[in-house]
Amino acid sequence: MNKLPLQGRTLALLAVIIPLLALFIYVGLQSGPLAPVAVTVATVESRAVTPALFGIGTVEARYTYKIGPTFAGRVKRLDVHVGDQVKAGQVLGEMDPVDLDDRVRSQGSAFKRAEAVLREAEARQTYAQTQARRYEQLFAVRSTSEEIVTTKRQELQIADAALSAAQEDIARARSDREGLVAQRSNLSLIAPVDGVVAVRDADPGTTIVAGQAVVEIIDPKSLWINVRFDQISAWGLSGGLSARIVLRSRGGQILEGHVLRVEPMADAVTEETLAKVVFNAIPQPLPPVGELAEVTVDLPTLPAAPLIPNTAVRRDGDKVVVWQIVEGDLRITSVKLGASDLDGYVQVREGLKNGDQVVAYSEKTVTVKSRIQVVDRIPGVSE
Amino acid sequence: MISLAGRDIIHGWGKFVFTGIGLGLLIGVTLVMAGVYRGMVDDGKALLDNSGADLWVVQKDTLGPYAESSSLNDDVYRTILAMPGVAQAANVTYLTMQVRKGESDVRTMVVGIAPGALGATPGWPPYLVAGRQITRGHYEAVADIATGFRRGDVLKIRRNRYTVVGLTRRMVSSSGDPMVFIPLKDAQEAQFLKDNDAIWQSRRRTEANPAFNRPGVPGLLDAVIASQSTNAFVNAVLVTLKPDHAPDEVAESIRRWKRLTVYTRAQMEDILVGKLIATSAKQIGMFLVILAIVSAAIVAFIIYSLTMDKIREIAVLKLIGTRNRTIVAMIMQQALALGVIGFVVGKITATFAAPLFPKYVLLMPFDSIAGFFAVLVICVLASIVAIRMALKVDPAEAIGG
Repeated sequence: MNKLPLQGRTLALLAVIIPLLALFIYVGLQSGPLAPVAVTVATVESRAVTPALFGIGTVEARYTYKIGPTFAGRVKRLDVHVGDQVKAGQVLGEMDPVDLDDRVRSQGSAFKRAEAVLREAEARQTYAQTQARRYEQLFAVRSTSEEIVTTKRQELQIADAALSAAQEDIARARSDREGLVAQRSNLSLIAPVDGVVAVRDADPGTTIVAGQAVVEIIDPKSLWINVRFDQISAWGLSGGLSARIVLRSRGGQILEGHVLRVEPMADAVTEETLAKVVFNAIPQPLPPVGELAEVTVDLPTLPAAPLIPNTAVRRDGDKVVVWQIVEGDLRITSVKLGASDLDGYVQVREGLKNGDQVVAYSEKTVTVKSRIQVVDRIPGVSE
Repeated sequence: MISLAGRDIIHGWGKFVFTGIGLGLLIGVTLVMAGVYRGMVDDGKALLDNSGADLWVVQKDTLGPYAESSSLNDDVYRTILAMPGVAQAANVTYLTMQVRKGESDVRTMVVGIAPGALGATPGWPPYLVAGRQITRGHYEAVADIATGFRRGDVLKIRRNRYTVVGLTRRMVSSSGDPMVFIPLKDAQEAQFLKDNDAIWQSRRRTEANPAFNRPGVPGLLDAVIASQSTNAFVNAVLVTLKPDHAPDEVAESIRRWKRLTVYTRAQMEDILVGKLIATSAKQIGMFLVILAIVSAAIVAFIIYSLTMDKIREIAVLKLIGTRNRTIVAMIMQQALALGVIGFVVGKITATFAAPLFPKYVLLMPFDSIAGFFAVLVICVLASIVAIRMALKVDPAEAIGG
């Protein structure tokens, strides 16, 4: 009588219990240590690789002319401002001469006085000469004493000496004056080359010590980039290689350039190799000196060799290994790596051959005991 | 012989199954709570695993780099490389900060990884789920997938922009913050780089100091300012050992000769699990205990009330001369069946709920097995109370009521 309803209830109970158990078994297998590790596989293939180096640096001017006085003094006037184009020989400003003009005038007067002294000496010498000659003649006819003749000769010698002293004096006064004039003109601040005023350090009225710069001029044609490459990845860097430059202010724009030279002195503290990279064409408007630049230097393309993605490379103890998939099983394989490029590919010198399959991505650390499940994309990764 | 328990369950199967499911949800929460605790501990261990180091060299007398701040000069690694037994030594920096992407920001631990031979340098993310490892020495990042970043995203750390080139998974700090790996030099800068306003103010302060801004010494001010804005420090040096060298021996020789503090893996685990997350783990542990007690009480109550519902039927059974053993078996079997259903439902809900939690929830198989037996023991103990009631019932109640 109640057999049928009882069976119905049993079925209903089973309908709940069986899916529950199935779900439980599924959960047990798909999570925890029994769950397979999702991995993606990359196939080793031979391709040419173009290694590249990446460094950062700042825009610098190759030549910076720091213009300032050679004596301590005060700036009198300064005609140029930052950004002004200047020509070679152009007067940029002037230091205050203080008493220099007066001293030049004083030297002028001293010169004139020396001229007067010279004229006097000349007059004295002419007179002494005439007198000496006259007394020589008188002495020849014995109408004067020998003592007087001797006195006249001596007077002529003194007059000669006075004349040459006066002549030297005038030369000295001239040189003194010329020296002061030279110093006076040295107070002008003059541009040595064509260029752009980059810095104006002082304004009129400022006191400057000898050697301190008042203005700095750079030659815009000589802009280059002082690039730092980490020494660990600077192998192959040499002059003449082409380079791609991205300035921080022009993010999307790639400028062409080339390595001018690799500096013989590296930075020992930061462990960086320094190189100078120049633009093939100076960008306009000029990038400011000091701007950050990213530089990628392309090295010559290497011959084709087996390549793997760098994500396949793992560490096992002190060995560099990859997880190779052989007939669906994981195998750990030691490899020797060669050159790599910036896109994440690395050459394998030993350990793998073309067509081998290696684990590229995995959702967790793979071990020898792991069960794997090969997928196209690791779950949770969205592109 | 017919199974009284089975018969009874089938009789009221709906009520029974739903009670089981309700119980299961409770057990599920308990399992998740255990998973939260395990997840916290596992976060700490994942941090150590992912660094790939055998030894951590840190500033003398600190518990760095995870539990305390530590700073070392960045050339110390060279002297450590020269120690016997050391295979690799690499600088590393750790900095927990908000990383900005567009309008939003994410709390992350920024790790500065030293450049070095691919696959040999400790500190690098050991595996990726997408993209590639860092190949440029600046302005590239590998981010944990939990940050929500995608390949090609541009992050902002301090004033620099970093392109995400690779994604990884389960790379977290001890507090569960996802990691972002960037090149060491950038990280060193990020760690000590102040905002531009602060730099300007600091320059002005230096300029105002007559000791540094002397008219007679042009260039001194520039030199002082330049020396203020460099950072040659890292937080730790990660060391891997050559085979056949005991970690303790190498650690001792570095401690002795280099006068630095060195931790081995075991000591680091003690620091992370025993010190760093000790109180929060205890907090979760307390919750777990309370939840377990509450669960046990509810299970006991459910079984007790299930038996009480049937007290009249039990009286009838007694009246018709059923043996006590049969009645005991019926109640006990029902309790165990309820426990099994509850556990199965609990395990399923816990497994499906775990990924939804913002922090890592680790469900350990051992916890599940222990939980299973605990549930059975609780059910048996709870049924004993019900059995006592059932055996004490007066058969006359069947007629009386």
